Amino acid sequence: MGSITLRNVSKVFGEAKVIPSIDLDINDGEFVVFVGPSGCGKSTLLRLIAGLEDVSGGDIIIDGQNATDAAPAKRGLAMVFQSYALYPHMSVRSNIAFPLKMAGIDKAEIDRKVADAARVLNLTDYLERKPRQLSGGQRQRVAIGRAIVRQPSAFLFDEPLSNLDAALRVNMRLEISELHQQLKTTMIYVTHDQVEAMTMADKIVVLNRGNIEQVGSPLDLYRKPANLFVAGFIGSPRMNLITGAYAEAKGGKTVGIRPEHIGLSKDAGTWEGTVTVAEHLGSDTFMHVDVPGVGLLAARAGGEFGVRHGDRVYLTPDESKLHRFDDKGLAL
Amino acid sequence: MATTHTRSAARLMMAPSVILLFAWMIVPLAMTIYFSLLRYNLLMPGTEEFAGIMNYQFFLTDPAFFDALSNTLILVGGVLAITIIGGIAFALLLDQPIFGQGIVRILVIAPFFVMPTVSALVWKNMFMNPVNGLFGWLARAMGFQPIDFLASVPLLSVIIIVSWQWLPFATLIMLTALQSLDEEQKEAAEMDGAGFVSRFIYIVLPHMARAITVVILIETIFLLSVFAEILVTTNGGPGTQSTNLTYLVYAQALLQFDIGGASAGGIVAVVLANIVAIFLVRLIGKNLEG
Amino acid sequence: MARKVSTQRKLVMSAIAWTLGIVIFFPILWTFLTSFKTEGEAVATPPSLFFFHWTTENYAEVQSRSDYFLHFMNSVTISLGSTILGLLIAIPAAWAMAFAPTKRTKDVLMWMLSTKMMPPVGALIPIYLLFRDGGLLDTRIGLVSVLTLINLPIIVWMLYTYFKEIPGEILEAARMDGASLAKEIIYVLTPMAVPGIASTLLLNVILAWNEAFWTLNLTTSNAAPLTAFIASYSSPEGLFYAKLSAASTMAIAPILILGWFSQKQLVRGLTFGAVK
Repeated sequence: MGSITLRNVSKVFGEAKVIPSIDLDINDGEFVVFVGPSGCGKSTLLRLIAGLEDVSGGDIIIDGQNATDAAPAKRGLAMVFQSYALYPHMSVRSNIAFPLKMAGIDKAEIDRKVADAARVLNLTDYLERKPRQLSGGQRQRVAIGRAIVRQPSAFLFDEPLSNLDAALRVNMRLEISELHQQLKTTMIYVTHDQVEAMTMADKIVVLNRGNIEQVGSPLDLYRKPANLFVAGFIGSPRMNLITGAYAEAKGGKTVGIRPEHIGLSKDAGTWEGTVTVAEHLGSDTFMHVDVPGVGLLAARAGGEFGVRHGDRVYLTPDESKLHRFDDKGLAL
Repeated sequence: MATTHTRSAARLMMAPSVILLFAWMIVPLAMTIYFSLLRYNLLMPGTEEFAGIMNYQFFLTDPAFFDALSNTLILVGGVLAITIIGGIAFALLLDQPIFGQGIVRILVIAPFFVMPTVSALVWKNMFMNPVNGLFGWLARAMGFQPIDFLASVPLLSVIIIVSWQWLPFATLIMLTALQSLDEEQKEAAEMDGAGFVSRFIYIVLPHMARAITVVILIETIFLLSVFAEILVTTNGGPGTQSTNLTYLVYAQALLQFDIGGASAGGIVAVVLANIVAIFLVRLIGKNLEG
Repeated sequence: MARKVSTQRKLVMSAIAWTLGIVIFFPILWTFLTSFKTEGEAVATPPSLFFFHWTTENYAEVQSRSDYFLHFMNSVTISLGSTILGLLIAIPAAWAMAFAPTKRTKDVLMWMLSTKMMPPVGALIPIYLLFRDGGLLDTRIGLVSVLTLINLPIIVWMLYTYFKEIPGEILEAARMDGASLAKEIIYVLTPMAVPGIASTLLLNVILAWNEAFWTLNLTTSNAAPLTAFIASYSSPEGLFYAKLSAASTMAIAPILILGWFSQKQLVRGLTFGAVK
């Protein structure tokens, strides 16, 4: 079991209201990602759930029990930290065994559980090493192993991949997703990277300045962003946001169109513009096109679309994929 | 991290240190102030009586006090000047690529670990003694009349001994600071056309500002209380030529048994040290922020 | 970056540095050499650097005449005792300040440092009288307590700078893993803090070993550590250079060796972490 409910949860640091008030339901077995720009309160929210910070107001309910004042260890949660927070003086085995030892479990049982976790995480050959003798990815796996052995009701991940290089990050992303498939335990994952959020989450919680902007599945957020903030944050490259005459003609203060929903042609189209930058990625070509009267638009074309700086191109938005926003920035 | 539970535990854990240090600061100070207002001589027990500010009047008008005050300042200032300038020079030298750098470093740092009584006695007898000391022999070998250091230039002799003890400390700290200077910064300055002197003034010296501040702070704390070096070399003499405040108070209390007068002197020393300390804490507080 | 340096320049620099290094070190070297001479050779003209009749009789004489080992043991007891006691008091305080800092933590630290600036003469008279009346003059226990107190600010500061470098996330991880405060300290904090504690211990043993204000004023013979023992050579025995040198060598050798090992920590510790 691992359902978590936040009711009116707030956090104040001195004068600063980091989190004004948040309500959120996390169901058992869900993979929930908190995403948002740095300083949006996502890590604070995670630490409130973990019990590493006291809430200033509201309740945290874990598995139907009010856990607001419970000590971190009594909440049945396990956390993987950004810096991994491995105990540097202990071997991998002792690191993974530590929470079990603290729980007073007998030696044989501990050995068995550690061996299981090590097998799942491919750490069997490294059990006697110290953390400093491991690579970044291996350390990450030890941190996860230390979390797994406790069989927590939920896992908390605090930007766990931000210290890894790009290639390893993609791998670990897959491994964590697979782990979730295997364990079917609730996971709450904090990141500022919307790609991680999109690829891993069952449910994304977009945070901004301590408030929830939108909650939904990745495709919900992609298809129907509730407001300009979510529209701009989810999706890569970012959605084009157009104001002025064109927007008003389409019935909004602002309209948004994703780069992948703009058709490109060298001959004819709705808008005519000049390519300022073309990025050839092989599989795709990303272009920044200066369209007089509309602005600088990002557009995506196939890899073979041969254009260069200064070329003239025609753009045609797919109007069925247009997003319309009112003057408060809310979706219409 | 900071939950209410940990906060109260934290207070409990700090309590012993804070209480002990507070007591160590306040109890002797209060007693010293009290004694300083008494006529109190250990040789005449039972005659203690309230004396008002008489002890202060005597102490502050005693010509020995002015000698001691100026000697203290000259001693602190002199040693600071020698060790800081020497320390920077040594550090710059040791920062160069040289053969056996580690060994030279060990040689230079060694005097810091020599206890004050040993260094004072070794210098006094084996170097500064006009008859059997090495300096005397050197002077004679070159055809000069040897100087009786401790008799003719007592304060300078003490400054030399104390500087020898503290030069390693200054050097080591300056060297550590120097080695933490980003090599690329120096190279950038070199590319910008800065010569050795401008590199030193505009890049190296500002980088060492913090280290220099720290050396001044720490050395001042210790130098204001130089004692053993004076006790075993000159006994403050001849006359009061090498008496500093610390030694003066010691002499008054434990040689003349005048507790009242010595306490007044102790309070004067505390006040003076505080004036210096306030200035220093400001200075270091500013430098240590970043 | 390894820079190109001409060998010639390096040779010149090395010569200068070595010369100055030897000059600085010379008094110690000279003391060491003299301790192996006879009294006659010690004052011979011209002095001889290495070519004399090496003898160890001075060492034996120092021991038999003035009981060097008693004073050596006093130094060991006093410096180790005061340092360990200081560590026991300071570790919880430094831990609290490093891991549960409040707005006032900095002020408390600065205040502690400021107690160090109080000149010892300000406290000499009451402490002397209290010791006299309490029968603590010339006792090891008296000196241990005074040296504990005077070095406590430095111990707290040093530990604080070391503890600050232990990432807070590790302690949070321990708490998530179910460790109580006591277990957190035993299993996680202490092993990680041991190197810092060891350096603090080393440096404070050195400082306490060489402390020469309180040790000279509060002891006469029984509890006198080496600082006071050497001071007794002030006169007239000081004129016996060979024996003075032997006593001095024995007084400084242990700490000189410890000191050489502690160079790095020394800078950090004595500058309260400001210079690393």
